Amino acid sequence: MAAGGFISDDGKRAFRALLPPFVYAVFLLAIPLATVVVVSFQMRGAATGEWLGGALPAPAATALRIMVLLYAVTLPFAFVLIARAGQIGRVIRFLLLALPLWVAALWLSWSYLATLGFGFGNYASVFTDPINIRGVLRDGSWLPGLLPRSLFVSITVTAATVILAYPIAYFISFRVAPENKSLWIFLITIPFWTSYLIRIFLWKVILGYSGVVNTALTGIGIIDEPLTFILYNVNAVIITLAHAYAPFAILPIYVALEKIDRSLKEASRDLGEDRFTTFLRVTLPLSVPGIVAAVLIVFIPTIGDYVTPELVGGSGGLLIANRIQSLFLQVNDPGLGSALSLVTMATVGIVALAFILSLRRWLKRL
Amino acid sequence: MKIPALRIYAFIYLVFLFAPILLLPIFAFNEGRIIAFPLSGFSTRWFEALWERPSLHSAVQSSLIIAVLTSILATIFGIFAARGGALANFPFKGGIIGFIMLPLVLPEIILAVALLVLVTKVLGLAPNLYTIVLAHTLMCTPYATSILNGAFANLDRSFEEAAMDLGESRWSAFRLVTLPLVMPGIVSAMLISFIISLDEFIVAFFLSGNVTTLPVYIYGLRRQSDQLPIIMALGTILVVLSIVLLVAAEILRRRGLRRAGVEDSGGFL
Amino acid sequence: MSGSPLISLRGVNKHFGDYHALRDINLDIRAGEFFSLLGPSGCGKTTLLRTIAGFEDLSSGTLMIDGRDMANVPANERPTNMVFQSYAIFPHLTVAQNVAFGLRRDPRSKAEKARAVAEALEMVGLAGYGARAAHALSGGQRQRVALARALILQPKVLLLDEPLSALDKKMREQMQVELIRLQRNVGITFILVTHDQEEALVMSDRIAVMFEGSIGQMDDPETLYRRPNSRRVANFIGKMNFLPAEVLTEAGGRVTVEVTGLGKGEITREQAPTGAPSGPAVVGIRPETLTILFEGETTERRWVDGVVDEVVYYGDMTYYDVRIPGVAEPLNLSMRNVIGRPVLEVGTPTRITWDERSLVLLDA
Repeated sequence: MAAGGFISDDGKRAFRALLPPFVYAVFLLAIPLATVVVVSFQMRGAATGEWLGGALPAPAATALRIMVLLYAVTLPFAFVLIARAGQIGRVIRFLLLALPLWVAALWLSWSYLATLGFGFGNYASVFTDPINIRGVLRDGSWLPGLLPRSLFVSITVTAATVILAYPIAYFISFRVAPENKSLWIFLITIPFWTSYLIRIFLWKVILGYSGVVNTALTGIGIIDEPLTFILYNVNAVIITLAHAYAPFAILPIYVALEKIDRSLKEASRDLGEDRFTTFLRVTLPLSVPGIVAAVLIVFIPTIGDYVTPELVGGSGGLLIANRIQSLFLQVNDPGLGSALSLVTMATVGIVALAFILSLRRWLKRL
Repeated sequence: MKIPALRIYAFIYLVFLFAPILLLPIFAFNEGRIIAFPLSGFSTRWFEALWERPSLHSAVQSSLIIAVLTSILATIFGIFAARGGALANFPFKGGIIGFIMLPLVLPEIILAVALLVLVTKVLGLAPNLYTIVLAHTLMCTPYATSILNGAFANLDRSFEEAAMDLGESRWSAFRLVTLPLVMPGIVSAMLISFIISLDEFIVAFFLSGNVTTLPVYIYGLRRQSDQLPIIMALGTILVVLSIVLLVAAEILRRRGLRRAGVEDSGGFL
Repeated sequence: MSGSPLISLRGVNKHFGDYHALRDINLDIRAGEFFSLLGPSGCGKTTLLRTIAGFEDLSSGTLMIDGRDMANVPANERPTNMVFQSYAIFPHLTVAQNVAFGLRRDPRSKAEKARAVAEALEMVGLAGYGARAAHALSGGQRQRVALARALILQPKVLLLDEPLSALDKKMREQMQVELIRLQRNVGITFILVTHDQEEALVMSDRIAVMFEGSIGQMDDPETLYRRPNSRRVANFIGKMNFLPAEVLTEAGGRVTVEVTGLGKGEITREQAPTGAPSGPAVVGIRPETLTILFEGETTERRWVDGVVDEVVYYGDMTYYDVRIPGVAEPLNLSMRNVIGRPVLEVGTPTRITWDERSLVLLDA
């Protein structure tokens, strides 16, 4: 019904209803995120304080600085507005007049910000510091960079979780009687609602040197020495996270499978395919949107998890989120921490986007 | 299917999911201090030990206050968002709703970082109980919205119009007709938000200042391996509480659907 | 039915952004009549109904109900009540609570209200259903609850939005009769929106046929059926055969037309609802006014020979398609099945005749 920008009465009411939570999200999410971006350019201890108007009395200097900054910021918008009004001649004249001024204002603003300690230093550090990407040699063993290692862990966790989740989602969707389906879904989600921290402790206990697995296995006699490779390293992190995020992976796949018209499978069998090839040629491709959703729902949050690595990952199992946490709470360098967070987010975004684009052939249906 | 391979797999998977949690009561009631087999006998001393810790009690109190406030606020926001979502479209509506739901897909550490920066740098405050409430509300609103979306979607639009046609104003139509019909969703949303807030660690840790929530308290015990059984006892209580609340939420959700005479679509999300 | 109209629309327009939903509607509805708004999906009939109810504002024009301008009067203050297409029965209340919903602010005592509820339920044939849970009712029962809920408030106008479309055929026919009976008992104005022309013909005192936001024709059912004023209206209500024709002469109220395939004929002025066009025109004939002459039957009227193209047997009627020379499309005829009358087979040569008085002359 909305014809090109028209809003019905109901639409206006919808807008008013959505306003409170939206405004709240803007204040508590958009503004903080913007602040993080701004802070990421702030290098610790780099402020020098003097700039443009140093000879003027304080209020005038401030006014001058504000005017220059405003000019620089609003100019692109003015340009866009004029461009939309659509007269090429005016646009060109505007560019000729305004562009030099704008460049000047931009340079002045930048040098102002530099006196406040702003610059690209944090980002330079993120990319050049070997801890983050290249990797370091420590105590004779090679520690890969945090970012690649975190990506590796997240991707492995995601792959393991999703691959393990698919069969059970399939089971609930196609093999469980309709009246029991929501019961199974409910059971699957229960572990998610129990305390995250406690679950990590439990895994620590289960996988420990004298923990449940080892005492059970040695007690039965399968092994003589307790296993050491299952705790305080990356493997433990992977197991713990796979357990924690399992329901997140199952649900989207389940929803996608539910949407598949059952007669499609029957048609495929009728046309000569057996169960397995039917699955490969019909069911699997149609469930790709659910797989993509599951991958994203597991991959993105696991990058940001620092508790699991800290508790079960040992010193070799620390991940990028741990570094971010220490930068904020221990080292007290929010600028570097913010820069690292944003770079991590950008990396995650790129990886996720690449994943989605590579599968777009099966997502086109939507 | 002749060999129920899938069924076997499903049960193994369920065991894998529930096993760690089932260990909790086992070791909470275990006499021994070491968390390992073999068990050394039944005892409730760890639960008794819980009783005697004032720092634990204040952590519990803080957590409860935060969780209650969060669930109320998040549910109110959720009602607004779900109602707006169910009404007609307007430009950028999808974007606005997407933004409200954004905290669901952001890694918690990013949220924690952003909120810490907001509180300390922009607002210049010291983190305290209320900042945690604000943070948790932001995180729980998408869940509340998601649950209430289901409740509002099942509502026939003409109910409110019929009420108005029969003489009610828009607000009293909402109060007398819509609200009772989405009430199960509201209660579900509050319970879910409560559980999420109670269990939330990462953001609470970043914003904890002089306030300790329960998960933060538990985290504080991590280095003391002799305290592990106490954590088991605490965990048992928390798990039982969460499961009870969850079951209640699910029963209410189904009852609400039954009252409105609607098909069950299977779950919150 | 009294003199001045109960509901009056003048120059009513409604825009949804660029979409022009109601175009310059002028309409009078009298007190006590059963009025229908009939038309295909998207013609604006529901929009018009909602405008009267107060759920849509007018973009321009005036709406008067009972002498009062409804311009700033919200829906809950208008003397109208509506039965919604989905019935909108509140599932969390009982039947009695539903019916009593609108009485919340009524100053009467609880006992009086209870009595009114019982009366309303009896009027719609649901006596004793008061304590039932509303969500456990069948479609037909819900509709009656919706009717009771609306009528208990004694509105001046009852608006019904496609009330029968959700019911199966048998239920629909039953409810049609009940609605007519109800309207006669209660005596108030009913305005019904429907896309089913049979429904409208059966129940209404007057019908407004709408296309694309405007009223095509507004008349009583018989006039609409026998004297449609355009091909569109003619085609929408029942079936009609259309033959190209030429107006030859016109004198003293009688018009001579040459009809392709049927030859020359004479009709009266009344048979040309849009006035008699000169030159090319179209003549419409309803299937039941064409007759097949069976073996041994004769007629004094004009006839023409043709061939049976298609036969559809329907129990009480048989529908024939007959091709006649000079006309591209076969003519549609309906014949009552009478003992002794055979059902013809495809390919049979046959003779058809018609009544000149049933021809309708329309614009080309």
